[in-house]
Amino acid sequence: MAADPTTRTLIAPAQLRRGRGRILYWTVLTVVVVVFTLVFLGPLYWMVTGALKSGQEIAQTPPSLFPHDPQPGNYVDAWTNLDLAKLLFNTFYYATGAVLFQLVFDTAAAYALSKLRPVLGGLILAMMLATLMIPAMVLIVPQYVTVIDLPVVHLNLLDSPFAIWLPLVANAFNIFLLKRFFDSIPDDLMAAAVVDGASPLRTLWSIVLPMSRPILGVVAIFAVTAVWKDFLWPKLVMPSPETRTVSVGIYAFAGGTPMNVVIAASVIAAIPTVVLFLIFQRNIMSGLTTGGLKG
Amino acid sequence: MALTAAPGATRRPGRPTPSPQPTPARRAGRGRRVRDNLTGHTFLVGALVCFAVFSWYPMVRGVVMSFQRTRRGETTWVGWDNYARIIADPSFWTAWKNTFVFTGLALVLGYAVPFLVAILLNELRHATGYLRVLVYLPVMLPPASALFLFKFYAYDPSGAGLFNAVLTALGLPTSEWMQSPTMTMPAMVLASTWMNMGGAVLIYLAALQNVPGELYEAAELDGAGLWRRIVHVTVPQTRLILALLAMLQIVATMQLFIEPLILANGAGTQDSATSVAYLIYQHGFFQNDLNGAAALGVIMLVVLAGFSAVYLRLTARQD
Repeated sequence: MAADPTTRTLIAPAQLRRGRGRILYWTVLTVVVVVFTLVFLGPLYWMVTGALKSGQEIAQTPPSLFPHDPQPGNYVDAWTNLDLAKLLFNTFYYATGAVLFQLVFDTAAAYALSKLRPVLGGLILAMMLATLMIPAMVLIVPQYVTVIDLPVVHLNLLDSPFAIWLPLVANAFNIFLLKRFFDSIPDDLMAAAVVDGASPLRTLWSIVLPMSRPILGVVAIFAVTAVWKDFLWPKLVMPSPETRTVSVGIYAFAGGTPMNVVIAASVIAAIPTVVLFLIFQRNIMSGLTTGGLKG
Repeated sequence: MALTAAPGATRRPGRPTPSPQPTPARRAGRGRRVRDNLTGHTFLVGALVCFAVFSWYPMVRGVVMSFQRTRRGETTWVGWDNYARIIADPSFWTAWKNTFVFTGLALVLGYAVPFLVAILLNELRHATGYLRVLVYLPVMLPPASALFLFKFYAYDPSGAGLFNAVLTALGLPTSEWMQSPTMTMPAMVLASTWMNMGGAVLIYLAALQNVPGELYEAAELDGAGLWRRIVHVTVPQTRLILALLAMLQIVATMQLFIEPLILANGAGTQDSATSVAYLIYQHGFFQNDLNGAAALGVIMLVVLAGFSAVYLRLTARQD
């Protein structure tokens, strides 16, 4: 990710290597590293250690930098009182399903639009992309009404994981990202497979998908984080305590639970996405910029 | 089986293919092309059904619902009644005022800051990976987790809160944060910016790396200082991405919801946190008025479409 040191940016590299510029550069760098660590990591430190403090210690002025008498019991309370194992399992289950549904349906659709190009494909793509213009909040009520009574089949999807999985398939950003990637795969490669008698499914499976691993990874990671971070939609369509996601579950308990325990639960809820980010940071950051820049 | 290699996406089957080089489609007959179309649509069908049921249909349904009223299972057309009722709600104008204040403050703070941070990071040659990870880390937290942190630990109105402790240490007066109607909005913008700025920073960084270095060199030869180089080279060179992200940010901040819900328990002190999205939620899911909520959704859509129209006008004129 680092810029090539020879490329010229706002300030000439030569200016930064000599005398006053050099001192200034290292001063700025140190200040930036310290300030950014405090601003972005500081609150997380506060969160993790704050949840270890006792009720009295958290209310003391001025607050203590380290917990004097660490109470790991807060984390244990959060785990048992909020039934976090159940909540985390639910969220994990919805996230996994979302990845599978999005990968299967969005990849197939993007492949059709990019390589098979059936009649009306252009119109369909335009109509899909048009949904990017509609703010989610505007659709929340009619979407909810649709989910509690699906048109034609008259099924009620409340408390069913399909209420989370299926609406996530309608993700125009994924289709756009995947289609653009498939567009970059030369048609010659596909033609060769066709000459060998491969069916479109076979071509997708053995030629296109293996080449598309990086973009499939990006789609999968974004699907997991989207489910993990989402709040209002799962709150509406998963109303029972047994089907709640972790964020909704913590919110539901927040009123009647000591705040240290709520924060401890929040820390536990954040661990999976933070770990995912630390493992896949390169994929996530490059996926974000390729999608955002040319989009 | 052959792939349809016809270049036009909306080509009708049976038309001669004017493709410059021989492709499998040229050898394919009419029947085969119909079958290929069928294959194409088979691949599309899963996504198509999901878009139709959960995106396209609700869009129409939302508008239709806003002119209907459902009571005890009976739906009737009521014209503009829902709109009248929603606008008469005493919180309606407060919610719009709050939402605009939030959007405006977020533009001042949340829009300029990521750009300046990106410019700064782009100049640094060390610790770049570490700094990028730091900036993006809050984006990966579930918003509910991050907001509970702000609510309980940072915005604690007593001296025990993190922010008040920092202010005291700096010799500055402390604040009541969410307890104070005037601080509610800035506090929500601060939390929201901290949570969300990482994405914008990374997108700006990518854009900054495409600015040709010669432009800076030329500007420097012309005697342009640091600030003038930013204004006359960096900004014009990245203005398309700047405009796009401004638009996306306005659309996102106008949907302000989870910040008031968690930080301010919804309405906040003296209605200082009520947002339009929160009002939609209130009407739809607490006051049993899904039709009114749908009407408010349509109003929100119209307002945002207005912003988009202005954006398109402005960017079109620049080119």
